[in-house]
Amino acid sequence: MQDSRTPAVSMRNITKVFGTIVANNKVNLDIYKGEILSLLGENGSGKTTLMNMLSGIYYPDEGEILIDGKPVQISSPRDAYDYGIGMIHQHFKLVNIFSAAQNIILGMESDQGVKNSRFGKLDIAKASKRIREICDLYGFDVDPDQKVYDMSVSQKQTVEIVKVLYRGADILILDEPTAVLTPQETEKLFNVLRNMKADGKTVIIITHKLHEVEAISDRVAILRKGEYIGDLITSETNAQEMTNMMVGREVKLNIERPEPKNVKPRVEVKNLTVRSEDGILKLDNVSFTANTGEVLGIAGISGCGQKELLEAIAGLQPIEKGEVLYVEDDGTETNLVGMDPLEIDKKGVSLAFVPEDRLGMGLVANMNLADNMMLRSFRRKGSIAGFTDRKTPRELAEKVVEELEVVTPGIDTPVRRLSGGNVQKVLVGREIAMNPTVLMSAYAVRGLDINASYTIYDLINRQKERGVAVIFVGEDLDVLLELSDRILVLCGGKVSGIVDGRTADKNGVGLLMTKVGGDAVG
Amino acid sequence: MDKQKKEPLIHITKRKMISKKSEWAIRLGSIVIALIVCAIITTITTHLNPFAVYASMWEGSFGTERKIWSLLKELSILLMISVALAPAFKMKFWNLGGGGQTMAGVLATAACMITMAGKIPNGLLIFISFVSALCAGALWAFIPAFCKAKWNTNETLFTLMMNYVATQLVAYYIIIWESPKGSGKIGIINSISEAGWLPVIGGKQYLLVVISAVIVTVFMYIYLRYTKHGYELSVVGESQNTAKYVGINVGKVIVRTLILTGLICGFVGWLLVAGTDHTMTTTIEGGRGFLGVMVAWLAHFNPIGMVLSGLLLVFMSRGAGEISTAFGLNKSFGDILTGIILFFVIGSEFFINYQIHFRKSHRKEAADV
Repeated sequence: MQDSRTPAVSMRNITKVFGTIVANNKVNLDIYKGEILSLLGENGSGKTTLMNMLSGIYYPDEGEILIDGKPVQISSPRDAYDYGIGMIHQHFKLVNIFSAAQNIILGMESDQGVKNSRFGKLDIAKASKRIREICDLYGFDVDPDQKVYDMSVSQKQTVEIVKVLYRGADILILDEPTAVLTPQETEKLFNVLRNMKADGKTVIIITHKLHEVEAISDRVAILRKGEYIGDLITSETNAQEMTNMMVGREVKLNIERPEPKNVKPRVEVKNLTVRSEDGILKLDNVSFTANTGEVLGIAGISGCGQKELLEAIAGLQPIEKGEVLYVEDDGTETNLVGMDPLEIDKKGVSLAFVPEDRLGMGLVANMNLADNMMLRSFRRKGSIAGFTDRKTPRELAEKVVEELEVVTPGIDTPVRRLSGGNVQKVLVGREIAMNPTVLMSAYAVRGLDINASYTIYDLINRQKERGVAVIFVGEDLDVLLELSDRILVLCGGKVSGIVDGRTADKNGVGLLMTKVGGDAVG
Repeated sequence: MDKQKKEPLIHITKRKMISKKSEWAIRLGSIVIALIVCAIITTITTHLNPFAVYASMWEGSFGTERKIWSLLKELSILLMISVALAPAFKMKFWNLGGGGQTMAGVLATAACMITMAGKIPNGLLIFISFVSALCAGALWAFIPAFCKAKWNTNETLFTLMMNYVATQLVAYYIIIWESPKGSGKIGIINSISEAGWLPVIGGKQYLLVVISAVIVTVFMYIYLRYTKHGYELSVVGESQNTAKYVGINVGKVIVRTLILTGLICGFVGWLLVAGTDHTMTTTIEGGRGFLGVMVAWLAHFNPIGMVLSGLLLVFMSRGAGEISTAFGLNKSFGDILTGIILFFVIGSEFFINYQIHFRKSHRKEAADV
């Protein structure tokens, strides 16, 4: 696309290689003053790497960066600030015990107006005043004296943005800023970004969510497998076209939802209360039923008790009060409370669990595919007592690699070397291979590309059709609304509602997610 | 911003994959470089011909049949302790108490030999001392393991402290059993009756120790690689969360594994007293509990690899002893050479895991013209 203006930033033929992985291959990207640019691409397409080179975290192997038409060398984040470039990373870099203002001025030199010039003394009041000015200008809501440990995720993100603006950045890069936000918080963030644009700032937002690209950006640049594919004016394109460019071929964008068949209660959770190790109430009187042949979606802001709920059912969390009843086909009920995973397994309850922490809990990162398959089967009787049967897991690993199209050099490769989507396929493949009656998954598609995500949705639907009771904890509301038969909304450890997945609307669920107190309606 | 910023001189990146061949090439290369550095230092500080020094080191280890047997004995004892530590370390239980666990076995064996000699048949005495040594070693490892499993105590400090307790106990009993009275040491136990002494097989005094080491090493190799226990302990070592998730009782695995470590260390203690030294001193273990940690780490906890890393360390220490006598050098000079070689061998791990890229200055200049 041609543009008569001089780009504020120009990246020319940028290449960056990590070991054998080419993260960016001869990428050319222009960024103009006063625009909001979306950098769209699947996980692993090199978006973050490209922006890290602009913000001084990495240094390109080849190619050059031009600012206002002049070539520059950016070899540290400080250099990037000098050129007016600031990046807000996915993982916040804040000191918890410091206040907002202390975090914002951390590491700045005295000539940048922080210290009282005469005595070289820190002048926090002056800094706070400037922070308030910035906040008023763009519509932020930050209290400079509030400690970071007292802040919500969205407030921390705001502090990160103000930190960058305080340093005089004209070009702001945000790496997947909405991943941790509710729909309402996302809207608030977008309003602030629009204010910044009106003030002449340039904003780059890294994302893989199409509706966000449509909602906020003027222009969208697309990367695929480290290569620059092209750019589009957002108002002239649509989700389908962007997806096709992102994936590189036609993809259908709707998730199927087969009608539930033969619905009967499978797991009944009654008045479940769970406290964390340090005594914080994580689940408060939670009750619901998961049925066979049905997908029960669980929505909520992250950290509202989703993890504890699944772990309590799986026997990994001490339960303070309440019951978890497993209902067999003939109606016999077994209370799983107080059992550990081994005892649950010995009771004949086939409970598959795809945890949120795939490499830290579901799999062993340093072990190869075959040994990871063995995690569920090593106790089975081998040919010699006391020895492991290594043949069956190898066969299972071969089968999972073939059926789920896992990209790996072989089944002897440690799983930490695989990409996120392939790691998840290995984990889900193993869990499904145990012929479960209950399948629980937490954030099953987090970090996965579109293809891998659809493979996972498909696997979940096949299990549902087999009559498995599926409990699906999700973070993307659009997906939850398309996949689930019923959606349970958690807010602060309480059930704030159980709604029908076919009739519920996004705003309604979004409101339930932030509802304080959460009186159950389901 | 007119100042041109320079491209950084070197980048360090983590390697994705490295072939076994280049891995060994790096290791061998590091030893060669270490030998060259040692040669330079030898020449500068002692004005000796480094090759003569190396030849003398070789001589010290492999010169005569007696020297070879004595090297094999040293290697076997060290290897068994390293192998005993391997499962604990693989489980990320930092057992620094291999020495104390061995000392517990030493004390139990000596106690049996001193108190029961002549009172029971010799075969029974050997059997009882064997069982007590194993139990004592196991107990010494069980105590810190149990506390770790139950109350998550720090195993590093705990096992370390247990070493001192064992050594002090041995010192106490040396005074109780001292012979002759007033000498402050025990001397050769049952030197006339040879009660409780292990039989010499094949006419070679150390053959039994060597055979024991082979059996223990092969057993551990199979245990770690092919058994359910071995699998469970490696899962616990890699991720306790994963272990809990698949229903492995983490505490049980910790205690079980440490008992195994203790059994082997106790066995080594038994061999030392009943098989080779026939006495008890506070230094009989000779720091092998710590040296074994290094042997195990260098071999990445692979028992077969420990044969090589153990051999390197034993060779160095015997060679160092030899050159200090042959050339009249201070004993510390041998330690300096050992230190240099270890520095390079351990340092080579960095180059196996990371890659260094230098600034491509020539091509860059060419492009600018």
